[in-house]
Amino acid sequence: MSMTYSYYKNMQLNNIIFVYQGEVTADLVSSILQMVENKLEGEGEDRKVKKRVFNVMVECLQNVYHHLDALPPTDPSNPVRDKTALLMIGREEKDYYIITGNHILNDRLPDLKMRLDRINKASKEELKQLYQEVLTGTGFSEKGTAGLGMIDIARKSGQRLGYDFHPVNERYSFFSLEARVSRIAEK
Amino acid sequence: MESLRIESTHKTPRVILDPENGIFEFSGRSIPEDSVGFYTPIFEWLDMYAKQPLPQTHVRFDLEYFNTSSSKNILEVLKRLEAIHLAGHEVRVTWFYDEDDEDMEETGQDYQALLNLPIELSVKVQS
Repeated sequence: MSMTYSYYKNMQLNNIIFVYQGEVTADLVSSILQMVENKLEGEGEDRKVKKRVFNVMVECLQNVYHHLDALPPTDPSNPVRDKTALLMIGREEKDYYIITGNHILNDRLPDLKMRLDRINKASKEELKQLYQEVLTGTGFSEKGTAGLGMIDIARKSGQRLGYDFHPVNERYSFFSLEARVSRIAEK
Repeated sequence: MESLRIESTHKTPRVILDPENGIFEFSGRSIPEDSVGFYTPIFEWLDMYAKQPLPQTHVRFDLEYFNTSSSKNILEVLKRLEAIHLAGHEVRVTWFYDEDDEDMEETGQDYQALLNLPIELSVKVQS
């Protein structure tokens, strides 16, 4: 129990509103969205900022839900694959931040890195164009999502996406993504 | 032809497709994980309607939020309306957005740019 206070202080210092580590299911994503939305509502955040945070949060969380790579079971007596991830939302003086972390197969890493770098280099106008291109491109990706999520997150965030790949073993890495939304509603 | 009515949930919009008066409505939020599952019956309905549409159809989009997988499905809805319009039937789309919601305004502009269909952007009157 002695750790409780340090967890509390640590979360407070890092302005964490919400953190979750565990399996990501559709129901869980819904519950988190509802809870954080209520919290933003209750704290009287600017309506426009609130909408943007909610939008970016929807994309980030659904992105993890659709695209995380489950780890193979480590315990032979429990053949369930590990679909756990980290979801975190915080509020600093100037920005809200949404951080997700999940395992990804190393094979998928170069393509994802390329896409993120392309998005981060694009101007506002180029992002708009990229969004329209992907929107009108044919079909959905194999998991039924439009592949638009990251572009939309970048458009709504208006800031560069932070990311990191932490090597786990020869097959997997841990992918973290950070999206920020300014609390200053520009006119 | 029967009308199609779907009540809103906290993840899916209210949908009214009424073939009696030609007034269609999509309102609320559209953030389901499985957006294809939600929109498929709507596509099927519109494909039927396209065979014998009314001379005038008015479609109101009054959406608060939608996720990117819904945005692709909304484009598919609009493409079906575009086909009806290009076949010589009047189709008007009104895209509502809150005055301070430039993201929703911009999404309306994205659709305007992509389609050969009259889409009017309209600021929502605060209730």
